[in-house]
Amino acid sequence: MGDAGVFNHKHIIALRDLSADDIRLLLTTAENLKEINSRDIKKVPTLRGKTIINLFYEASTRTRTSFEIAAKRLSADTVNISPSTSSSTKGETLSDTALNLLAMKPDIIVMRHNVSGAHYFLAKRLSCSIINAGDGAHEHPSQGLLDMLTMKERFGRLDGLKVAIVGDITHSRVARSNIQGLTKMGSQIFVAGPPTMMPPGVERLGNVTVCNDMREAVDGADVVMMLRIQLERQGKTLLPTMKEYSRYYGLNRETLKLARPDAMVMHPGPINRGVELSSEVADCDQSHILNQVENGVAVRMAMLYHVCGGGAVEAG
Amino acid sequence: MNLLITGGRVIDPSQGLDGIVDLLIVDGKVSALGEGLTAPAGSRVIDAQGLIVTPGLIDMHVHLRDPGLEYKEDIISGTRAAAAGGFTSLCCMPNTKPVIDNKTVASYVVNKARAAGFANVFPAGSITQGSKGESLSEMGELKEAGCVAVTDDGRPVVSGELMRRALEYARGMGLVVISHAEDPSLAADGVMNDGYVATELGLKGIPWVAEDSATARDVYLSELTGSALHVAHVSTKGSVRIIRNAKARGVRVTCETAPHYFILTDEAVRGYNTNAKMNPPLRSEEDRQAIRQGLADGTIDAIATDHAPHHKDEKDLEFNLAMNGILGLESSLPLSLRLVADGVLTLPELVEKMSCAPARILGLSRGSLEPGSVADITVIDPELEWTMEAEKLASKSKNSPFIGWELKGKAAYTILAGKIVTARG
Repeated sequence: MGDAGVFNHKHIIALRDLSADDIRLLLTTAENLKEINSRDIKKVPTLRGKTIINLFYEASTRTRTSFEIAAKRLSADTVNISPSTSSSTKGETLSDTALNLLAMKPDIIVMRHNVSGAHYFLAKRLSCSIINAGDGAHEHPSQGLLDMLTMKERFGRLDGLKVAIVGDITHSRVARSNIQGLTKMGSQIFVAGPPTMMPPGVERLGNVTVCNDMREAVDGADVVMMLRIQLERQGKTLLPTMKEYSRYYGLNRETLKLARPDAMVMHPGPINRGVELSSEVADCDQSHILNQVENGVAVRMAMLYHVCGGGAVEAG
Repeated sequence: MNLLITGGRVIDPSQGLDGIVDLLIVDGKVSALGEGLTAPAGSRVIDAQGLIVTPGLIDMHVHLRDPGLEYKEDIISGTRAAAAGGFTSLCCMPNTKPVIDNKTVASYVVNKARAAGFANVFPAGSITQGSKGESLSEMGELKEAGCVAVTDDGRPVVSGELMRRALEYARGMGLVVISHAEDPSLAADGVMNDGYVATELGLKGIPWVAEDSATARDVYLSELTGSALHVAHVSTKGSVRIIRNAKARGVRVTCETAPHYFILTDEAVRGYNTNAKMNPPLRSEEDRQAIRQGLADGTIDAIATDHAPHHKDEKDLEFNLAMNGILGLESSLPLSLRLVADGVLTLPELVEKMSCAPARILGLSRGSLEPGSVADITVIDPELEWTMEAEKLASKSKNSPFIGWELKGKAAYTILAGKIVTARG
């Protein structure tokens, strides 16, 4: 949107709402801020005096910690709240909780919520910025951005990359954010998984090709992104056993050979060793899982910085 | 007081009438139809030039929420909304608190509506006690108390055996069974139509087959038992096809749809709009076209609204938590008139679906302007343009996706047994 170097969004709720320029700016800022994380004194005063609330309605270790560290490295004050996650209307409503928090004048609320679209609901009611740390099966924009940053670091570009995404696409907000973001940046996406986990019309979400066999998706891929299988989500009707899932939709040495020799293996974590990823693949040189986590902090710093109105950052 | 309605286009499909004639009402009944009628002294005269005069409109599927859920709607506010929308008779669903599963609750509804005097209310009793899907309600007593149908609307009868017996038993009492056709195991915890929009929004979908398979089961049970079945709120292409085929082989099945199914699609959910959340959900464009086709070819007998008031606190929520359902009574007529503007139905066909057919399906002595009939009449201004505004709704609740819409056509006069209930301002 508009000039490169100007970020015109008050909220970051979905990569679907951002332009290629917006994404490029966030990634460039993240690249430039990343250097702070390897300093001896890992702190800059950029967001001093800003208050950020991490409001997590779903359990999270990685994402919440990453957002908190990102905020602290920029000198913002952070508070973490994890309301009880009963999704019924019993107790305080989301709207009331958020209005009460708003009365304490935060600058940003970073929220994870189990209901898709909950952030749009809040954005209509609150005057502070909202950053989505994951909503239902809708989007997880910081994950999409950190994945793109990791790919860009490895290949120097996103344009023209062939990215395989394998697993439960239906329930994956990670898949949706990657599809939205990567499509805007010119990548080609190949999705694979059991048909019980493939949502209708997924190819219309972006530059997406649906593959029936995981091997077709991985064939010649630059990136193989494996999604976490969550027993609590998939229940008993979507797949017979973890053993069978692992056999047909898990990534092992053999399947990985179909990808380009320099292909990256990615996973949003936490991984189920021996299910969607064999341990040898998870720990091999091609695995970039820990780079993803590292880049998560930088990307989240960039997101916090830009929703607070920050302009382009020069390389440090 | 007597009433003479002059110069209007009187459309009454029950007697094949469509022409400019006068209509005289004496003592609450239609007395005469003809040209140049003169009113007895002291009669009130309505000049209906440019207006359409029809048998009082009947909405055969509404939720009045009374008793028990009066914070959403009650019989008085609901029947006032009906009158404002041009409806003189309603069939209200039994999912109140307590459920209309006994003569006491049924009588309460009938008596309260009668005392209010804004519209006739003919309740539907429940198929099963407490609508729990376990044992049959006392359908004979329900009928004696004024119920005109039985249904567990909102909760499908899961057991095929129980539905079979309900159809058989209801036939003995002369009651039609209204089916809420939904296989709950297929609908599961879906919150909108299954399809691309659900994929994009990351919301769990309800596939069309959840409706079609239940429609098919109930149609076959109607065929097996020879009992009258009415399928409520038809929303899918498949349900239309199943019912069309069943009618062709003589099954005693009728059905209704609601304006939102021929006006909107699941695209309306974008932005997580909870006023576009209902059950069955808004479907695809292909389904919407099939509903229009079903209306045009007569497969779909009636237009009802599934008027489902909900409090702001139940709608102003995250999408998954918001309740299902939208208002219908005050927007149905102008939305349905769009079918005439779009060439889907003629005006007489529309009147048939909004008055005559519901009366016939439910066995009401309404839906006709033949001399001697109760003078329930709707006088429609088909050209009036207006904007639907929340503050002006008679309903207690405001949960409509049509608020802010520019609409055309409105009831100018709603007349109940010869008495003007609402008149244009």
